[in-house]
Amino acid sequence: MNILDMTAAELSATIKAGRTTAVDAARAMLERIEEQEGMYHCYVTVDSEGAMAQAREVQERIEAGELTGPLAGVPLAVKDNLCTAGLLTTCSSKILGNFVPTYTAEAVSRLKKAGAVILGKTNMDEFAMGSTTETSAYGATKNPWNTNYVPGGSSGGSAAAVAAGECYYALGSDTGGSIRQPASYCGVVGMKPTYGTVSRYGLIAYGSSLDQIGPLTKDVTDCATVLEAISAHDSKDSTSVERQDTDFTCALQDDVQGMRIGIPNDYFGEGLDEEVKASVLKAAGELKKKGAVVERFDLSLVEYAIPTYYTIAAAEASSNLERFDGIKYGYRTADYAGLHNMYKKSRSEGFGEEVKRRIMLGSFVLSSGYYDAYYLKALRVKALIKKAFDEAFAKYDVILGPVAPTTAPELGASLSDPIKMYLGDIYTIAVNLAGLPGISLPCGIDQKGLPIGLQLIGDCFQEKKLLRAAYAYERARGAFQLRPGTDKRMERNLPNGKQTKGTEGAEKIKQTEQEGQSHE
Amino acid sequence: MANIISDETIEYVGILAKLELSGEEKEQAKSDMGRMLDYIDKLGELDTTGVEPMSHVFPVHNVFREDVVTNGDTREELLSNAPQHKDGMFMAPRTFDTPG
Repeated sequence: MNILDMTAAELSATIKAGRTTAVDAARAMLERIEEQEGMYHCYVTVDSEGAMAQAREVQERIEAGELTGPLAGVPLAVKDNLCTAGLLTTCSSKILGNFVPTYTAEAVSRLKKAGAVILGKTNMDEFAMGSTTETSAYGATKNPWNTNYVPGGSSGGSAAAVAAGECYYALGSDTGGSIRQPASYCGVVGMKPTYGTVSRYGLIAYGSSLDQIGPLTKDVTDCATVLEAISAHDSKDSTSVERQDTDFTCALQDDVQGMRIGIPNDYFGEGLDEEVKASVLKAAGELKKKGAVVERFDLSLVEYAIPTYYTIAAAEASSNLERFDGIKYGYRTADYAGLHNMYKKSRSEGFGEEVKRRIMLGSFVLSSGYYDAYYLKALRVKALIKKAFDEAFAKYDVILGPVAPTTAPELGASLSDPIKMYLGDIYTIAVNLAGLPGISLPCGIDQKGLPIGLQLIGDCFQEKKLLRAAYAYERARGAFQLRPGTDKRMERNLPNGKQTKGTEGAEKIKQTEQEGQSHE
Repeated sequence: MANIISDETIEYVGILAKLELSGEEKEQAKSDMGRMLDYIDKLGELDTTGVEPMSHVFPVHNVFREDVVTNGDTREELLSNAPQHKDGMFMAPRTFDTPG
């Protein structure tokens, strides 16, 4: 097997067995990045020299027997809102265009201790505000399945990098679906853990009560492996939770016998694409065949999640982004008259349109006279949404549904209408409001040849149930060819719009989908 | 559109948000914010009487630690990110006019 096609776990086992080295793996990744970045633009910064130096050091420590873990020597990509000491961290914003952090995010430090090799920093929506990676100040990332489509967002660069084989796995952050939705659009696995599971230290804040860091990987095994490595209590994050059950790889069992799975009727209503619906219900059928008890139920309040989210997230963003003032770091305008004019001009020139839109909305909902009507109201509805989930989890182990109403939209199709873009987050956003864990994994390919994602949602601290269900489904589904061979990929991306679905993995899924139409 | 954002409101929001908008940007911001607020008004359909606002999903408490310095001296590295610095300090524009 070519090392480029391996999962993270396979690569580290191969390195451990002495059949390849961390240095060879890093070099192979960098060559592929060099070859493909012109097409996809997954990265804001590629750190070739740094990656090779890390790889050499890690390889020595592996050979010395110091590094024995399941991620030792495996190259990864890091979303550009996670601080990396000495390495440019832009948040895909002009305002941080020259920002070199002096410290490293805790999640990244933990991976480095496990022997990870950082290839570079991935593109994202500016300050993680967006659902397509098109609000980046450094240009849009393209979906590797078809470069006319967006990779999703805001962790679009991370998802695309995994899908395009430009890293073995990546870190992302999820405030309203920003890991799960791009994972779905790019046909990879993405997980948002329970709030407080992964330290937010060094994550440039957007909506602090909603933000969580999580993995984007090629399969469920890698997802559990990375999550296990980055989860730990951290005194540097005051919302970090002490938990003892972070041995997530133990949950990789092909066993859902008796697992209670609820399908919310509210997630299958108007606006859901028929192909997505069929594919997700087919996946539920697979779990049922394996012995899960699958039922439909009414979750309620689903349509209130988005307005609640945008009120809270914008409020927190307006406060969090006050720190960008052109004094201590980042962009400062060239011409100004006095301190306040400098603040205003630096911020107005440094922030993009979507970021300004949310800062203004947030400032408004927090202003005196509107605070109770908007901000406190949203926090009250948040409590109701949490209660609706509590009631659901009294009956079910796992909630199953789509990740997004459609597969990836075309480039340029979403930005003209912000509210329409926000509606794309309808199935992911409530999970953040309620602090729950959620996982996205590929469950099909649509007629356009784009991946469809399945979402599993668990109660707080029930990642293991999610991983067990996801692993069992993955086994039933069979191989999902993440990155078709270069020739085939080019075939699918013919400029005349003719799209073939000619990958073996895709064909296999199509086939099983049709066979499985009868059971739901 | 039910929510009409006045010039005064957008001016005030600009002050709070420390943003300077051009005339065209102001008009766009008024329309965008009006539409968002119309959408957010949907929350008014729900009766939340007696529901406590939920800031955090879990009970979170302030976390204290001993007042001991644990980080090293990174002054030079920190200053290297500053747009302007002098004598080991950040440089900011003059805040007060010199009395004259």
